[in-house]
Amino acid sequence: MSAIRTGLAWLPRALLLGLLAFVIFGPLTNLLLWTVAERWYFPHALPSQYGFSFWERVFSPRGGALSSLSNSIIVALLTVAVALALAIPAGYALARLKLPFRALILLAFLIPQAFPNLSVYVNVARLFYEVRLNGTIPGVVLVHVTHGLVYAVWIATAAFAAIEPELEEAARSMGAGALRAFRDVTLPLAMPGLMASAIFVFLESLDEFTGSYFVGAPDVNMLPLLLYSAGAGGNYQIASITALLLLIPSIGFMLVVERFLKADVLAKVGH
Amino acid sequence: MVSKKMLGLLLVLPALVMIGVFFILPLIASVIGAFETPEGAGLSNFVKARELYSEDILFSVLIVTLASLLIGFFAIAIGGYLTLGENPRAVAILRWLYRWPLFIPFIVVGQTLRTFLARNGLMNNMLVGSGLITPDQALSFLDWRGIVIAFVWKQTPFVALLVAGAMASIDRGTIEAARNLGASRPRILIEIVVPQVLVTLTVGLILSFVTMMSVLSVPLMINAQSPTMITADIAFRINAYGDYGVANALGFISLIITSTVAWLYLKLSVKERS
Repeated sequence: MSAIRTGLAWLPRALLLGLLAFVIFGPLTNLLLWTVAERWYFPHALPSQYGFSFWERVFSPRGGALSSLSNSIIVALLTVAVALALAIPAGYALARLKLPFRALILLAFLIPQAFPNLSVYVNVARLFYEVRLNGTIPGVVLVHVTHGLVYAVWIATAAFAAIEPELEEAARSMGAGALRAFRDVTLPLAMPGLMASAIFVFLESLDEFTGSYFVGAPDVNMLPLLLYSAGAGGNYQIASITALLLLIPSIGFMLVVERFLKADVLAKVGH
Repeated sequence: MVSKKMLGLLLVLPALVMIGVFFILPLIASVIGAFETPEGAGLSNFVKARELYSEDILFSVLIVTLASLLIGFFAIAIGGYLTLGENPRAVAILRWLYRWPLFIPFIVVGQTLRTFLARNGLMNNMLVGSGLITPDQALSFLDWRGIVIAFVWKQTPFVALLVAGAMASIDRGTIEAARNLGASRPRILIEIVVPQVLVTLTVGLILSFVTMMSVLSVPLMINAQSPTMITADIAFRINAYGDYGVANALGFISLIITSTVAWLYLKLSVKERS
C-alpha cells in the first residue's frame, strides 16, 4: 500500500505544476501565435495561415511602430537620466549622512505608488496643458520620473548602504577631496546596484500607460499607446507584435536581474 | 555637524520637490477639483457620480476585493510550497515558473488575456480541440471574470515574492519541531508560517489593492462596457465630456476606498502590537 502511495505521490504535484505552466504560458503562447497569424478564425484551434506580413506592416514607415519605438526609447532614456541624477545624491545622503526624518523621506518616494494615480495624471495633464507641456516629450518624461523615482531612490540608497564607509574614509585620509573620493571609490562600487535601478526605471517608463495616455497622446505616440489603439481597432496581430516588443526587454531583465541586484543590496532595499 | 545635516537635506531635496510638484500638488488639485462646480464649491459632482456610476463603484470594490483574496490565497500556496516543499526539483521548477508575470506590463497582460480568454481564444480552442466542450459551449470570459483573472495573473507573483522572502527568513526551528511532532504540512503552513508573515502579506496585498484600483489599461481592454471599473469611467468622463468635476469626484471616491483599506490595516496592526 505504501509503495503505491509513494509511487503515485508525484502525480498531484506534477498535475498542479503542469496546470500552473499552462496558466502562465498559455496566454503567452497565444500572444506569440497572434504575431505570426495571417488568418485565424473561430473555432480553429490554431491559425490557418502563418506569415510575417503584419510585421512588415508594423515596421513600414506608415505603420507607426518605428516612431512609437523611438519615442518610447527616447522617453525611457531621458527618464533614466533625470531619475538617476536625482536619485544618486538622494540615495547617497539617505545611506551615509545622518538625516532627520529619514524614514519619512524614504516613505515619501512611495507616495506615487500608494495612492490611486489615475486622477493625479488627469490633473497633471490639465496643469501641463496650461504651461504647454502637454503632448511634449519633456512632459511625459516628468510624469515617468515621478512614477519611477521610488525604484531609483530606494535601490540607490540600498546600493550605497551596502558599501563599507571605511573605503571612502581611506581615500579621504590619503588626501582625496570629498567629490573625488565619491567619484573614484564609492560610485564605481555602487555601479551594479545603480545599473539595476536604471533598468527598473527604464522598464517602468517603457511600460507606463496611464500617464502617457493622458499627458502624451495623441502628439507623443509611444508603444503602449500604439498597442492600445491597435487592440481597440480589433487589429490583434499589430497589437500582439507591439506587445511582444514590450515583453522582450521585461522578460530579458527578469532573467538577468539577480546578476545586478546582489543579495547584500537586495536585503537593504527599503531600510 | 549641522552643516552635514543640511548637506544631506540639500542632496535629497530635488528628488522630494519632484514628488511634491508632480504628484502631491496634482493630488491636492484632484481633491479640490472634486468639490468644484460651476455654482461654486459643492457636492453636485458626487451626486452625479453616484447617479451615473454607483453600480461601477460597487463593482470595482467587489472585483478588487475578490482579486485580492485570490492573490493572497495563491501567494500563500506558492510561498508555502517554496518553504515547506520536500521535493527539491518541484521547488526549483515552481521558483522558476511563478515569477514570469511579474515583469510583464499591465497593458501586455490586457492584450494577452483578451485574446486568450475570448470566445475564439486559445483557451476555448484547446478545450474544443480536446473534445471537452463543443463550439456552442465556448464562453467568453471577457467580463468581470476576465478583469479578475488579469489582476490575479499579474499581481500574484509580486505578493508571492514578498511572502516567500518573508517565509524564508523565519526561524526553521519551530517548523522542524512541529514536523517532528507529526503536524501535516498544510497545518504547519496555516498555524505556524502564515501568522509570522502576516504583516508582509497584508502590505503586499494593500499595495496590490492600490495598484488594481488605478490600472486603466486592463478594464479598458478587457471590459470597458458597464458595469466596469471606476478607472474606465474616469477616462470616459475626460475623453468624452472633458468633465473634470465628475472625474475628480470618482478619483476622490477611489482614494477614500484605498485609504479605508490602509486605515483598517493600520488599526489591526496597532491592536495586534498592544
